[in-house]
Amino acid sequence: MSAELQALSDHIASSLGEVIEDRAIAFDELTIVARREDIVRVVTFLRDDPQCRFVCFIDICGADYPARERRFDVVYHFLAPHHNRRIRVKVQTDEVTPVPSLVSLFPAANWYEREAYDLYGILFSGHPDLRRILTDYGFEGHPLRKDFPMTGYVEVRYDDGQGRVVYEPVKLSQEFRNFDFLSPWEGTDYVLPGDEKAKA
Amino acid sequence: MGEHNIRNFTINFGPQHPAAHGVLRLVLELDGEVVERVDPHIGLLHRGTEKLIEYKTYVQANPYFDRLDYVAPMNQEHAYCLAIEKLLGIQVPRRAQLIRVLFSEIGRLLSHLLNVTTQAMDVGALTPPLWGFEEREKLMIFYERVSGSRMHANYFRPGGVNMDIQPELIDDIEAFCDPFLQVLDDLDTLVIGNRIFKQRNVDIGTITLDDCFRWGFSGPIVRSCGVAWDLRKSQPYECYEEMEFDIPVGKNGDNYDRQVIRMEEMRQSVRIMRQCIDKLRAPDGQGPVTTLDGKVAPPSRKDMKRSMEALIHHFKLYTEGFHVPAGEVYAAVEAPKGEFGVYLVSDGTNKAYRCRIRAPGFAHLQGMDFMCRGHMLADVAGVLGSIDIVFGEVDR
Repeated sequence: MSAELQALSDHIASSLGEVIEDRAIAFDELTIVARREDIVRVVTFLRDDPQCRFVCFIDICGADYPARERRFDVVYHFLAPHHNRRIRVKVQTDEVTPVPSLVSLFPAANWYEREAYDLYGILFSGHPDLRRILTDYGFEGHPLRKDFPMTGYVEVRYDDGQGRVVYEPVKLSQEFRNFDFLSPWEGTDYVLPGDEKAKA
Repeated sequence: MGEHNIRNFTINFGPQHPAAHGVLRLVLELDGEVVERVDPHIGLLHRGTEKLIEYKTYVQANPYFDRLDYVAPMNQEHAYCLAIEKLLGIQVPRRAQLIRVLFSEIGRLLSHLLNVTTQAMDVGALTPPLWGFEEREKLMIFYERVSGSRMHANYFRPGGVNMDIQPELIDDIEAFCDPFLQVLDDLDTLVIGNRIFKQRNVDIGTITLDDCFRWGFSGPIVRSCGVAWDLRKSQPYECYEEMEFDIPVGKNGDNYDRQVIRMEEMRQSVRIMRQCIDKLRAPDGQGPVTTLDGKVAPPSRKDMKRSMEALIHHFKLYTEGFHVPAGEVYAAVEAPKGEFGVYLVSDGTNKAYRCRIRAPGFAHLQGMDFMCRGHMLADVAGVLGSIDIVFGEVDR
């Protein structure tokens, strides 16, 4: 399996040249990192090349790594039903640089790119209809970014007096507590309630 | 009489509509009664599952998967567990694999029963859902008996399953199989052979194989186009390799074919369930139901009373959870609705860094626009039923 994948990986790298920035095989899965501006070329090659034939669209999703200079990954998954293989293609981008859209190659990319835009704020150039998809009409912010708080900013309720749904800043009777269980032996990097008395 | 100024009529279908299968809002642009454009507005059931998972340890995140496609909960858990196991590199004991396959197939029955019968309701029949739900009730009792919960089972765990299956339950599942096949035959005559059902579904929502691939379709929709693509056969996971079953395929890629395929898949599922039952009773089907690696699976209550190490493992697992080595994997299962995949990125801690849920319904619903164009308004409900939408997984 992995020898086969290695051969495929070499084939892709030799055919596309410098467009492929990185490639790896881990857990029997082939991942290639492509140059952002050439993603359409890469995916067209993967789809049409007789040795690849990744004709089946599976997924597009974002991932956020705020520490990086180009903080977002756009991760594409494709399937080659004829060869029974999968591939993962990744490109990197930031908040302002758009990624070329794949809608012209795979119509299915439409909603997936809208979702990546909605949840991460990743921009796609050449997308016919880049609007929010999963969040509320008029939602602000991109909820899957690592710097977006899990509890969000607004909450909604039906207001009897006004006869409509109103948006208010989120008010919690108890803050969301993100317990640090990384190691119960070493303790946490925040002060547990009550512990401040011990120091005094 | 001068020429009238005719413009298209736009209507809202949903979000509260019995044929919308949940909270779907379809904005339909109609020319008379012919659909010109379909714009599904989704997200009304969006709960931020992927965000929540990032804040939970791996085991704590498991129950979220029940709440995606809530008519076949364990199939979702399955994909998630496979992804974690792939990262951890652990082997699932054989008995656990058999139980997983058994309950995945029960999940398939649950989903297909709901879909076939409610799709019949969408096109005008009332009796089939009543018959289907009677059988679903029995299956949910099996769920309850094995996991304690009728729907949100949280039964598959990384490394195996939560608890062993009782021999009496195995007997009862076996006793369920034969009468169920009879019910399927009855449903066949009631639904599939029905003249009105055929009139409403044959040649409606026809798609080609190329379209399927370009639109990211999977599951029964791909198979209705005549290709035997089933992850259980083509990329076998667990012990599907040793199971004997056939993949039904269609010819025309229309609504009717999809429903016939689902009916036949249920028969094949029963076939797999029978094989699982036999294997579970065989001597090599005995043994542990979860990995013996104490760093991943919790120890039994009994061990905790006697073994210090087991007690420590228990404490560590239920506070810290287990750490998963850094890396990224994509694991997919053939869920009843199509390919359900989990793309998991781990940074080496006890929480997933990114857990992407690839739901089949999302891709299928997107295809509504091109599948419905040129059809009549009444066919929208039929097409929507035949692509098997459950909003838990579409909206996540």
